[in-house]
Amino acid sequence: MNILIFLVPIALGLGLTGLCAFLWSLRAGQYDDLEGAALRPLSDDDLGR
Amino acid sequence: MAQAIDYSIFVRHDGPLAEMDLAVEGVGCAGCIRKIEGGLKRVPGIVDARLNFTSRRLAVQWRDRDIDAGQVLGALERIGYHGHPFATADAEADDTRHAKWLLRCLAVAGFAAMNIMLLSVSVWSGNAGDITQETRDLFHWLSALIALPTAAYAGQPFFQSAWRVLRLRKVNMDVPISLGVILALGLSLVETINHAEHAYFDSAVMLLFFLLCGRYFDHAMRQKTRAVAGNLAALKSEMAHRFDGSEVVTVPVAALRPGDRVLIRPGDRVPADGTVINGVSEIDDSLITGETEKRAVGPGATLYAGSVNFAGTLSVKVTAAGSATLIDEIERLLEGAVGAKSRYVRLADRAARLYAPVVHTAAAMTAAGWLIAGASLHDAIVVAISVLIITCPCALALAIPAVQVVASGALFRAGLIVNSGDAIERTAEADTVIFDKTGTLTMPDPCVQNRANVPPDVLESAARLALSSRHPLAAAVAREAISKMPFDGASEESGRGVRALVDGAEARLGSAEFCEIDPAELSASHNAATSLIAFSHGDRRALFTVSQSLRPDAIAVARRLRALGLELAILSGDRAEAVAPVADALGLASWQAGLKPAEKIAFIEHMKAQGRRVLMVGDGLNDAPALAAAYASISPISAAHLTQAQADAVFMGERLEPVLDAVLLSRRARTLMRQNLWLAVAYNAIAVPIAMAGLVTPLIAAAAMSGSSILVTLNALRARTGSVPGRRPSLAAVQKVQSA
Repeated sequence: MNILIFLVPIALGLGLTGLCAFLWSLRAGQYDDLEGAALRPLSDDDLGR
Repeated sequence: MAQAIDYSIFVRHDGPLAEMDLAVEGVGCAGCIRKIEGGLKRVPGIVDARLNFTSRRLAVQWRDRDIDAGQVLGALERIGYHGHPFATADAEADDTRHAKWLLRCLAVAGFAAMNIMLLSVSVWSGNAGDITQETRDLFHWLSALIALPTAAYAGQPFFQSAWRVLRLRKVNMDVPISLGVILALGLSLVETINHAEHAYFDSAVMLLFFLLCGRYFDHAMRQKTRAVAGNLAALKSEMAHRFDGSEVVTVPVAALRPGDRVLIRPGDRVPADGTVINGVSEIDDSLITGETEKRAVGPGATLYAGSVNFAGTLSVKVTAAGSATLIDEIERLLEGAVGAKSRYVRLADRAARLYAPVVHTAAAMTAAGWLIAGASLHDAIVVAISVLIITCPCALALAIPAVQVVASGALFRAGLIVNSGDAIERTAEADTVIFDKTGTLTMPDPCVQNRANVPPDVLESAARLALSSRHPLAAAVAREAISKMPFDGASEESGRGVRALVDGAEARLGSAEFCEIDPAELSASHNAATSLIAFSHGDRRALFTVSQSLRPDAIAVARRLRALGLELAILSGDRAEAVAPVADALGLASWQAGLKPAEKIAFIEHMKAQGRRVLMVGDGLNDAPALAAAYASISPISAAHLTQAQADAVFMGERLEPVLDAVLLSRRARTLMRQNLWLAVAYNAIAVPIAMAGLVTPLIAAAAMSGSSILVTLNALRARTGSVPGRRPSLAAVQKVQSA
């Protein structure tokens, strides 16, 4: 059961990383325009440069 | 437009940079994003442009010394889009902040629920196998380490709300939720310290997670509809011509201050309350009083925001601007009427009032029963708390918000923006519908009545000529135009009409004498409820009668509402001769005309005293107090601002159908709410005896909680489809919402 000493912190660490990433993306405004984000890749105006 | 418009009220400054938000019309596809952003960024001086496709809003940033707000709008216009400057209302900004906070709470609760469940499943399977005491304690302590900070953070929405109502000595659903969470965590902590087998950290956090989901979706739905309402308000926002010294500057109405002098031309809407300094004219007060006959005004007369100037140019001193615009009598009546609605107790709170005492008594009796049966104090308390945990009102608290979210989505697609959370319940309970006439049963703008008696080519030339005029009567004729191309070289003579050379002969549209119409013909077609506008082209003459006409589906909607068992009535501020034909067409026996706002309220109070629940549908400023006094209320999007603010829901488009949809959808939603409450009761009826018998383990608690929540949510989804039998939501309304 000594393996728990590694596994539990790793599991919690991964979860916390996910939470931090979500909170960062929320703060960065990634969820402000969900429909627009889906359509933006369709425009080709970055190719000509 | 020849005049520069002063937009400074909408512009935010940040050093050398200026920024403005615009609501953009006509954004519909992916190409629009590229066209707008790319096109604007190519304009020298514009630093950044970002279109939010979800809310149809554009944020533009530019260097102040190179370009100004008017030029930015001009650039957007050249790309082919119409932008409306936009100031985010405080309420909307608060909403956005609150939604982000809820989402953060939800994220924290979700993270915690997953990790604690990971630990709990290990303990449950270990309990059935060979887990050691030390490992179990370690897992319980780890759970506590995650659960306690999580509850302290993500539980705030519930704790705050519970504390607020407790201080008012009331109970809402958040009180038992908060109590359940705190007790579950407290008990688990004590059990962990005592090396016990069971802890309920997972139940407490999962409860928070489920409830936050419900709460977030509820909020997100309301925020979405509010954003659409905000855009529509920006699209509607009007300009005023203000005197700066001797010069006239065009400014947004929001920039007006009391004491300003404004110029009101024929066809303009009065931008703010004021007194006439000079000029004479006729004023259409129908948005204020419902009266369709024009009022003659001269120096010293009082004007109200929202009226339309028909005849001459007026110079007016502003007495009250912006949201301060209010007629004294209406303000006084409103104060009295608003209290009525706040007395309504929501279905969920009614359930909570019953629920909290029953559950808490059951828990106390369980503890007493086990003590009498000889159990230790510790065991009795553990069982009593497990009763509280298992009844913890997860399903009960989701039962109503879940339906509300789905139903307001369905209402939104039907063209209705719901303002208040309990509007759906109240609309469903209405048994009488009272309509205002002007602008509610009839279209907000007048239209040509005798188009069948006029040769089509004459109507078309008159309509195309009318495109060059600003007069409201001409605007009604202009709507008949098939080709929207105005004639070249048309000139307007103020107070008389508009003329142009068409096919070698002069065409005129305006007053009868301007078009040389025979006075005998004139008196034959005259009638108090209609206005006349004349047309001449060479030697051809035509006389158009213009008046307010019924909304296209008003008769059908009235019939279907009656078929649903609702009683209908009309209360109008207009004259009896104008109301009678409408009541007749709709087949209504019950109508009253010439009512003042106070009389409308008196009528509603009278209905209330008879035990009736009145759904009021109205648009005028004179309807605002009646809307506030009624049990539930709806107003069209063309209504006065103040009136819309009092209404529970606002409907879009020319059709009256959304009122019918509101009744049908909210009745269905209410049925589902009740079903859900009964599902929650049924769940408790099974779970509580098990808990009282002391047989509940954390595993059973977790399974029961998620099972009942999912059941209730799935049932709520039925509010979405098959809602209105035999009919899909009106396509026009959907398109209107999307393009807004």
